[in-house]
Amino acid sequence: MRGGAAGALIGGVTTPETGRSGVHARIDAVWRLESARIIGGLARMVNDVGLAEELAQDALVAALEQWPESGVPDNPGAWLMAVGKRRAIDRIRRDQRLDGKLEEIGHRREAEAQGPPPEFAAAEDPERIEDDVLRLIFTACHPVLSAQARVALTLRMLGGLATDEIARAFLVGEATVAQRIVRAKRTLSEAGVPFEVPEGPDRAARLASVLEVLYLIFNEGYAATAGDDWVRTDLCQEALRLGRILAGLAPREPEVHGLVALMEIQASRSRARTGPSGEPVPLPEQNRGRWDQLLIRRGFAALLRAKELGGPPGPYVLQAAIAACHARARTAADTDWPRIAALYEVLAGVAPSPVVELNRAVAVGMAHGPERGLALLDAIADDPALRGYHLLPGVRGDLLARLGRTADARAEFERAAALTRNEPERRVLLDRAARLHAAGKHEGGGTASDRAREETR
Amino acid sequence: MRFLLMTTDDASAEQAPPDEQQMAEMGAFIEELTKSGVLLATGGLEPGGTRISAADGKITVTDGPFSEAKETVVGFALIDVRTREEAIELSKRFWKIVGDGQGVIQQVFGPEDIPG
Repeated sequence: MRGGAAGALIGGVTTPETGRSGVHARIDAVWRLESARIIGGLARMVNDVGLAEELAQDALVAALEQWPESGVPDNPGAWLMAVGKRRAIDRIRRDQRLDGKLEEIGHRREAEAQGPPPEFAAAEDPERIEDDVLRLIFTACHPVLSAQARVALTLRMLGGLATDEIARAFLVGEATVAQRIVRAKRTLSEAGVPFEVPEGPDRAARLASVLEVLYLIFNEGYAATAGDDWVRTDLCQEALRLGRILAGLAPREPEVHGLVALMEIQASRSRARTGPSGEPVPLPEQNRGRWDQLLIRRGFAALLRAKELGGPPGPYVLQAAIAACHARARTAADTDWPRIAALYEVLAGVAPSPVVELNRAVAVGMAHGPERGLALLDAIADDPALRGYHLLPGVRGDLLARLGRTADARAEFERAAALTRNEPERRVLLDRAARLHAAGKHEGGGTASDRAREETR
Repeated sequence: MRFLLMTTDDASAEQAPPDEQQMAEMGAFIEELTKSGVLLATGGLEPGGTRISAADGKITVTDGPFSEAKETVVGFALIDVRTREEAIELSKRFWKIVGDGQGVIQQVFGPEDIPG
């Protein structure tokens, strides 16, 4: 992501290695690479992520002031950490209410004084740093916060994004995001959320909360369209990056690998899924030569790791397994629909939702014939969660068309077109309705169903 | 953004083999980059290799070694980062471990960079 934290503070320039702007570009890169560890390390000291983040920002400001004159230090991450720590001590000394903590930190400082100076913080135990980052992820994604707040805090503290970047990415005002972050920090502080990695019975729910945040970020980027701000489209990349980091930090959690696999495989299709005028290209019509095989391989590897860990598959592993079925098919006709239908059935048992049922109906319709698909659709037709959801009539129209019930199918496509808010998609649906009118009989293909699959995956 | 980081060799100086500490530092560095998903692929390249060229529909294959070779790529790392500056920053950490030498950093254009 360009511009960045330093950019937000100084007006944003990214150019060559030398000169003031070059230094700022370097600071930006260093910040992006190191900020999570710095905030994590400081949070361990002060046991307050909000305060830790402010202290890290102070260190960033100091770098912006000093490095253009003094040059970038040899180990810039360690420099930032050392300044942050110094600020932490200063802050605590000024703050009498934190008396107890000062003493605690004073002891730690003494212990550190025996060891290498903080300037050589790179030599610190890498496992401790990793643990700090993992704690930071769990804290930023704490369920006490709303999903929006978790997303903002995660992008800010783990992604190193500036407030204005988060605002642009989520199409909301900068003040809104700033307030969201301030409130989130306060909530964490007031709730007395400890800076730790949850263990025991709490852990599964806490991990689910983390995974939800990463997938929300990913899907926000996935929903971005051509012409959107690059910050928005980069959200996929950011979610993937955070997911890979998390998989490295919590390698024993199958669902983490499942989510990473799901995101890798979905990201592999990113360039094939929109046409020249921004219209969505359904999965079977995508040019599979444009799928990124490197990401697909990474996705398969992550899925394999999840499976090797054993246990009953969770929702992310199952969704990844479905995505992998599509990725494995060299052509749309090669798709193993019976397997996908079976996976959806398991998914419907593990994480039941009307959207999963809708997708299951599509898969069953492809695997075992349109009547079977329609039967599943009938069961969810009145579900309030799907009211106004254009994919329900879209899928229905598709199955009806395959049964040769042309007039019914056309009416469904027209209903779907009236419900969608995506203009290119509306055109595709109306076009299908019109073609059915012209043909007046059975038509092959599965555009709307495929879109359902693509959209809800 | 993907970048290909290459180390090149112009055969002007004999490279000392890495010592134990260097190996350990490099191992830790590579592990860190792999864990964080930055490093997609890395490897060393055989000297010389096989050359292939096409001209006027005729394809010529020549086996090395090539005495006239000026500068060859000896190792590479394919990384996934957010900006060129990040690629440069990581490269600097690499060279701090390796010591003397030279390399090239080039952005890799993939399917995601081809419009439409």
